[in-house]
Amino acid sequence: MSAVLNDETKKVLTTPLVNDNPITLQVLGICSALAVTSQMSTSLIMALALTLVTAFSSAAISAIRNHIPSSIRIIVQMTIIASLVIVVDQILKAFAYEVSKQLSVFVGLIITNCIVMGRAEGYAMKNPPLESFMDGIGNGLGYSLILIIVAFFRETLGSGKLLGIEVFKLAKDGGWYDPNGLMLLPPSAFFIIGLIIWSVRQWKPNQVEKAEFKIMSIAHGEGGHH
Amino acid sequence: MLDNKVSCKHLEGLCAALDKNEYYQKFKAYRDKVLALGNDSLEKTIAIAVSLCLVCAVLVSFAAVALKPLQVNNKEADMKKNILDVAGLLEEGADINAAFAEKIEAKIVDLETGDYVENINANEYDQRKAAKDPAQSVAIPKEKDIAHIRIKAKYAKVFLVKEGGSIKSIILPVNGYGLWSTLYGFLSLDPDGQTVQSINFYDQAETPGLGGEVVNPNWRALWKGKKVYAETDQPSLEKGLITEADVGEPALSLIKGVVDNTKPGSQYQVDGLAGATLTSTGVTNLVRYWMSNEGFAPYLKKVRTAKRG
Repeated sequence: MSAVLNDETKKVLTTPLVNDNPITLQVLGICSALAVTSQMSTSLIMALALTLVTAFSSAAISAIRNHIPSSIRIIVQMTIIASLVIVVDQILKAFAYEVSKQLSVFVGLIITNCIVMGRAEGYAMKNPPLESFMDGIGNGLGYSLILIIVAFFRETLGSGKLLGIEVFKLAKDGGWYDPNGLMLLPPSAFFIIGLIIWSVRQWKPNQVEKAEFKIMSIAHGEGGHH
Repeated sequence: MLDNKVSCKHLEGLCAALDKNEYYQKFKAYRDKVLALGNDSLEKTIAIAVSLCLVCAVLVSFAAVALKPLQVNNKEADMKKNILDVAGLLEEGADINAAFAEKIEAKIVDLETGDYVENINANEYDQRKAAKDPAQSVAIPKEKDIAHIRIKAKYAKVFLVKEGGSIKSIILPVNGYGLWSTLYGFLSLDPDGQTVQSINFYDQAETPGLGGEVVNPNWRALWKGKKVYAETDQPSLEKGLITEADVGEPALSLIKGVVDNTKPGSQYQVDGLAGATLTSTGVTNLVRYWMSNEGFAPYLKKVRTAKRG
């Protein structure tokens, strides 16, 4: 390896950002993206936690990939992922108590986050540790990017703040902005993620999936009668 | 796989000792044998599963044990912060430990008699732990257990805020079942043992955004100035969660919708949490339970008499 990052490493690090984003293209890990994005601070911590867990679990699984018995493959992956998540949870409780209280159960739920499992099964089982680590970081960053965008809109429009600092003066404090309460509720993240997916696919039409089933055009045959 | 030569360079002494060890040699031989086996052989499957569990267990327990002191500190600081907050003494950036030591005094109260218990160190007493210890707790008879907590500590840890020798606020620990979880919190009262100063919940797992709004500062602010005990008979209202209360009984309730402050009896009512009827009922019940004769009523009576005398 001549450079610090060879081509494969660079590729696995950057493609998940837009071209193969785990949320917008693979549509994985949506549940936590809905749950933690009402504030930027929780989103950042969640993004960091998920990135680290994905990277280290991918590296660990990749390191032993040639010796994992296929009959207990998923259990081995889950055990590694679960252990790392517990460690992350313990670290948060020790060093970022306030945030860990807000994230509450969602850190533990990284265990079930499809992105972590998806990368372990889809990449780490077939590639060497360093590349798998970078792939984990890349996918974590792709997830983080979407989380940050969603949190940006939800926190500014929902509570007129960003990272807890006031950006719009709220009407109830004598300002002009009447916050949109919907933005604080999980469904708003669905709308924002939907809009992001739509704009990414407008920009990169090759991401649009081919319809698996097309309804026969009825209007074509009957149109003339009306 | 594991390359012994690289790691051994740094730990020569240890490695030399290990190499001489008969069991280590046996372990190494077994490890090589297992790794050479086919991935789907039963022996390798079991060996991999066991060793993976061992490694993960060590990792997890190391993290849990090593970080425990920090976590305990955080919890304690958080508790002090909550007590300062409910007393209205929390200042941005101030040292919590110093402020707590200066302004707040912990006292142990015998719930049955309402007297202070002096022979227990109040700073070390943990009411939540005591509630779990059969020797220090009592079961609550089912018909009286409106807060659904089943068991309570005999002694409660209350906090007093004093200013110039007289009590400024009485902070009482309360808990009760909501929808998903037991809510733990503090209720702070004026020295008359009747007027609410504030309430907060430091441990709850209600639905975020609905019942979880018990921690919302705007909602908590609605509690200020509300009265706990009925001064006249409180009839049940048509709509809402309030039920009848005789004079002297806890009457405070959460109602459905917004409290109309012009109506008689509104001083005993707080807005219910929108979309969280069961959490609201739980909060009403826990306040009523802890303010009843089962809870702090005997103590509050004594505080009032002491003040008058």
